[in-house]
Amino acid sequence: MGALSGRQKVGWGVITVLVLVYALFPVASVFATSFKLPSELTSGRFLPSSWTTTNYEQILVGGAQDLFLSALRNSIGISLIATAIAVVLATLAAYAIARLDFPGKRLILTAALGVSIFPVISIVTPLFNLWRSIGLYDTWAGLIIPYLSLTLPISIWTLAAFFRQIPWELEQAAQVDGATSWQAFRKAIVPLAAPGVFTTALIAFFIAWNDFVYGISLTSTEAARPVPAALAFFTGASQFEEPTGSISAAAVVVTVPVVVLVLLFQRQIVSGLTQGAVKG
Amino acid sequence: MASIVLRDIVKEYGDGFKAVKGVSLDIADGEFVILVGPSGCGKSTLLRMIVGLEDITDGDLQIGGERVNDKAPRDRHLAMVFQNYALYPHLTVYENIAFPLRLTKGQYSDEEIDRKVNLAADTLELREHLDRKPANLSGGQRQRVAMGRAIVREAEAFLFDEPLSNLDAKLRGQMRTEIARMQRKLGTTTVYVTHDQTEAMTLGDRVAVLKKGELQQVASPRGLYEQPVNLFVAGFIGSPPMNFLPGQVEGDSLRLPFVDVPLDATLRERIGERSLVIVGIRPDHFGDVALLRDGQDAGVRFSADVDVTEWLGSELYAYVPFDTHPDVAAKLEELDRDLDGEGMRTQLVVALSSESRVRDGDTADLWFDPARMLVFDPETGENLTRDDDLARTIDEENEEDRKAALERAQARERREHDQGRDEARAS
Repeated sequence: MGALSGRQKVGWGVITVLVLVYALFPVASVFATSFKLPSELTSGRFLPSSWTTTNYEQILVGGAQDLFLSALRNSIGISLIATAIAVVLATLAAYAIARLDFPGKRLILTAALGVSIFPVISIVTPLFNLWRSIGLYDTWAGLIIPYLSLTLPISIWTLAAFFRQIPWELEQAAQVDGATSWQAFRKAIVPLAAPGVFTTALIAFFIAWNDFVYGISLTSTEAARPVPAALAFFTGASQFEEPTGSISAAAVVVTVPVVVLVLLFQRQIVSGLTQGAVKG
Repeated sequence: MASIVLRDIVKEYGDGFKAVKGVSLDIADGEFVILVGPSGCGKSTLLRMIVGLEDITDGDLQIGGERVNDKAPRDRHLAMVFQNYALYPHLTVYENIAFPLRLTKGQYSDEEIDRKVNLAADTLELREHLDRKPANLSGGQRQRVAMGRAIVREAEAFLFDEPLSNLDAKLRGQMRTEIARMQRKLGTTTVYVTHDQTEAMTLGDRVAVLKKGELQQVASPRGLYEQPVNLFVAGFIGSPPMNFLPGQVEGDSLRLPFVDVPLDATLRERIGERSLVIVGIRPDHFGDVALLRDGQDAGVRFSADVDVTEWLGSELYAYVPFDTHPDVAAKLEELDRDLDGEGMRTQLVVALSSESRVRDGDTADLWFDPARMLVFDPETGENLTRDDDLARTIDEENEEDRKAALERAQARERREHDQGRDEARAS
């Protein structure tokens, strides 16, 4: 591809700006709202006339503290655990699927796809009943397990595709060099698969982090309720006051880790790490 | 270092396809053996069975006298250089070479590893690249790193899987001599797979020619060139390839497309009842009559219409089209397919001295010595002119030469080693 001409540059610039505005306007709006006074919420103006941190105080140290901080703790803990389990299981499963020839390989892939096509809302009611009877209702495990059903299939598919790209010869070379299968996997394959694993982990984390339906249906107290569900329980200072400000502040707070994660992992998701393994 | 013995090795895939059909081969300790053949002949499969990356369906594989059929690759203590190098992209050149040593878990100290890696790097002139990543190296350098990883470990044998096929022609020539030098110096048993007959001829102590999973002939390069067992080996070895002409037997003479050749008693007897044979003559066994010195015996002379010539400086190739006999056409076409040919027109390739004035469109006067002509059975492809005693002598001479060369290389190595030690002591 050659250098872009002047007209093409302008064209791409316009498209980029449009997409950015479309994607970031709601975020900016929520951000602005989170700094407004409750009285200003219906002013109809985009920016607050005076910036205030009342809403943040409200959720972090004020009245909504109990509701929000415990929810934040639940969200982080549950999402991290669900991601970790999903990535470890998916890495092993995807490696087996990409490398080994065993009966039922296609079945596993199809089943993984099958699990993920059912709408969450159709599963949640039976799960609610089941969880209540076996004591998983309103616990971390009660959310981690359904989250795995969401994150595992996509993780297995992404990682299997990624493992297939890694030249098999690397692993064979390691085996000839004296490595056991496990050593070959750990020393030759895992380092190369790291970008893929990070990407998958990121996707899995977002799925768990963003979930609302399971979060609101399978929890009842702050023992396990994650942030998206907790937001629905926010109340204003009085019953005549909308909690919009607090909700906006909470939304900003939960967006921050996601942004930080993307920035952090972006450096890990380097393409072209496999270059040089085979003839370039 | 060890000998490798293959006994009736068979590889059958799950779908019933037999890639290797009972190959037996003895590879002596310190010997350089080439597995060669056109694509799909099973040579790579055979190599991968030796190293343990493919299961052996049937037969016995012994390394150093011990049956290793069921051993994992890491327990066979072999070193392999892959076609695509298979370097670890996340490790530096140093760590790539040290990788096999690090896997031995405490068998080597860090100093020992460092010494061995540096020794290998010196042998392969990789010193200044040790801190670089494979992605930043050229093809030839990557190839050398792959070899470094193989030699660092004092393996029982080296296995090469078409290691030079990704390099350009010039580099291929250099690396070829580099591999030969390294093998002589280390004296390690080596099995080398290639589809390139030049590599096979130049590198091998012995060459095993395979076709469709079957071993055709194992012999020294000279043995293969001069005493091939059949049509396939004769056509595969040599560049430009051997010319195959239909020969009609008429009494005591053999009618070729251009000339009648008188048959001597031995040849007459060997041909027996056959009325049609395939005659093989190497391009360089022809000569230009105009360049004959006075009194030199010219053998059989004939004139032919030259279509195209190629002057290469060292010699001149002349191409002479001819119509082949319909009864052998099918056999020759099949042979061409077996040799990965393109099914081009039948033509005689003649390699003349570069002084020859034969040019495109000339009617050239040519000669050849009928004693150097090979005669093949048109049905079985068997070489009727093969002299088993001579073939054995050639291979015996070759074996002596190999041992002497190995001896010389190792003596030189010892001398350099002693010299190095003396110098170190003196300084």
